[in-house]
Amino acid sequence: MSQEVLSISGLRATVEGKEILKGVDLQVAQGEIHALMGPNGSGKSTLAYTLMGHPKYVVTGGSVTFGGEDLLPLTADARARLGLFLCFQYPTAIPGVSTVNFLRAALRAQGKEMPAREFLNRLSTEMKELKIDESFRSRYINDGFSGGEKKRMEILQLAMLRPKLAILDETDSGLDVDALRTVADGVMRLCGPDMGVLVITHYPRILEHLHPDRVHVLHDGRVVTSGGADLARQIEREGYEPILGTAVAATA
Amino acid sequence: MAIQAKELTKDYQFGFSDIDVSVFRTAKGLSPEVVASISQHKDEPEWMLKFRLKALDHFRKRPMPTWGADLSGLDFENIYYYVKPVEEMSRSWDDVPDSIKQTFDRLGIPQAERQFLAGVSAQYDSEVVYHSIREDLEKQGVLFSDCDTGLREHEELFRKYFGTVIPPNDNKFAALNSAVWSGGSFVYVPKGVKVDIPLQAYFRINSDNMGQFERTLIIADEGSSVHYIEGCTAPNYSSDSLHSAVVELIAHKGAKIRYTTIQNWSDNVYNLVTKRAIANENATVEWIDGNLGSKVTMKYPSVYLMGEGAHAEVMSAAFAGNGQHQDAGSKAIHVAPNTTSNIVSRSISKGTGRTSYRGHIKVLPKAHNVKVSVRCDALLLDEESRSDTYPYMDIDNPDVTIGHEASVSKVGEDQIFYLTSRGITEQDATALIVNGFFEPFVKELPMEYAVELNRLLALSMEGAIG
Repeated sequence: MSQEVLSISGLRATVEGKEILKGVDLQVAQGEIHALMGPNGSGKSTLAYTLMGHPKYVVTGGSVTFGGEDLLPLTADARARLGLFLCFQYPTAIPGVSTVNFLRAALRAQGKEMPAREFLNRLSTEMKELKIDESFRSRYINDGFSGGEKKRMEILQLAMLRPKLAILDETDSGLDVDALRTVADGVMRLCGPDMGVLVITHYPRILEHLHPDRVHVLHDGRVVTSGGADLARQIEREGYEPILGTAVAATA
Repeated sequence: MAIQAKELTKDYQFGFSDIDVSVFRTAKGLSPEVVASISQHKDEPEWMLKFRLKALDHFRKRPMPTWGADLSGLDFENIYYYVKPVEEMSRSWDDVPDSIKQTFDRLGIPQAERQFLAGVSAQYDSEVVYHSIREDLEKQGVLFSDCDTGLREHEELFRKYFGTVIPPNDNKFAALNSAVWSGGSFVYVPKGVKVDIPLQAYFRINSDNMGQFERTLIIADEGSSVHYIEGCTAPNYSSDSLHSAVVELIAHKGAKIRYTTIQNWSDNVYNLVTKRAIANENATVEWIDGNLGSKVTMKYPSVYLMGEGAHAEVMSAAFAGNGQHQDAGSKAIHVAPNTTSNIVSRSISKGTGRTSYRGHIKVLPKAHNVKVSVRCDALLLDEESRSDTYPYMDIDNPDVTIGHEASVSKVGEDQIFYLTSRGITEQDATALIVNGFFEPFVKELPMEYAVELNRLLALSMEGAIG
């Protein structure tokens, strides 16, 4: 029936006992680009972490299916193996683990291992596309990277792992105009019928590069309104207030 | 408690014991008669017998050290101090008894490696059973044999250096080793000779209640260089076992010695080792020291920087699993001016494991323009894991630059989540983090050791995740 890759319904989640998600409904069809917008504190990043399965985020209600499978009972690694990917807003450094070793371990874990030569060739190509210096191959993952370098490294992982759906958690934050373009071009190059994107942001700027099929606005733990690309433009022009004003009034 | 001990030993991969093929052993316990019998059995010169007996005297007079790890479980009377496994030294692999070969096979030392390497001196029980020296080493005048052969065939050279770096009265366990030593390696590298292939030795305890007291003496003459590697893995026994080695290194003017150790004793072994080097003018000594396993390890590789421009490098890694205590560290004694030392220590504690870093830096009054850098980092895997740092510094010269950094960290939930979000299981993620933590140490190792260490660490991680 539906070609939805991600289907969220009535999702509730708490962090350290505090309810942040209060019944999120969201559907992403295979290969589509969706944007999730909303002011600070609306629950956007919580939704990203909850979907990926961070142990600190406790689901208290609702359901999530991914590629038709029930996502919620699975651990983070099992979710990744199903084809879910999270581009972290603040990627974690793993000292002593080189980019190459990390990527090989991840590919192996996902059953996507390839011969060493092919792997290195692909890595080389992808690094060039993302303007990442060759020296980063042997650098320890995210260790001493600048903010922009970390974001590019996230997209490099995305490019190597080729998931079904990538969640970009504020990938645009802290990037200058050129870096933003490189990262957005990288994502656009990768998405297509096999890979959809859920981009989380509170700035519409990245959406000029990504051309989302759908835009959703999250507020106080719920999706309060959805629309096309023009919704993002409206937010850019007028801010969240007019939208939230009516939406909040409508639900009150 | 008994159940826990069983749990600890059951997944010890190298915990096997082959049929005891010993042909000679002294009576249990320690006495002048036992010491004399060792010396007599080896047909040693009179001076060595006197050396041993004097050392025994020192041993008996010294109290048990109480400043470090808990040694109360040691019973010196319940140990065989000398076991000789085969009648004759084997020079050819064909002469090595099958049961011993099987032991090596199970240790996974590939045949190709044995032939490829410069010389494999495999210590089985207290005696070297297999020993080969590649011809080109012999041509260069490099001596590489077990210590007993060194004494027999090069007595003058041997006597000139033996016991000069670590005298028998240095500490209780050095005294014990001096009284009952057996086996170990003797290396002499002549002036200007650079040995480009690492010299390797495999050590192994294979007799219940048998202490292993090997003695290693390495002399690098002026302008020479050598890399010596020892790797250990011991079988598993129910009663406590003692390993107490003495390693002496002498690096003459402009010489370089690197000494690499990876030890993986079974978890009933008391591993109490004295390692010390003398670095003369412009000489470099590097200790690369990895400690896994054992019940208690106390080991502090030291360098005495005696000549101007000498340099010391100590890089150590320790892993303490359940019930284990790794009390390790390093000492650098700066006697001469313009000397430098760099000490890096990494330790990991898992479960009830405990690691201690114990370091001593001493700068003597005449040693000006000394540079010292100490960095020790500890990683804790569990709530109950423990790590302590005991850095001692005696600085008697104001003209010195000292850097000291220490850190203790835990494997972070965010690190695990980051790795698992890429499809890596939690167990593999932990192993990756642990391997990464040891990476500065591992990258100093020859490839085959690096691979083996990573594999051992991965095995140690099994069951780490509840």
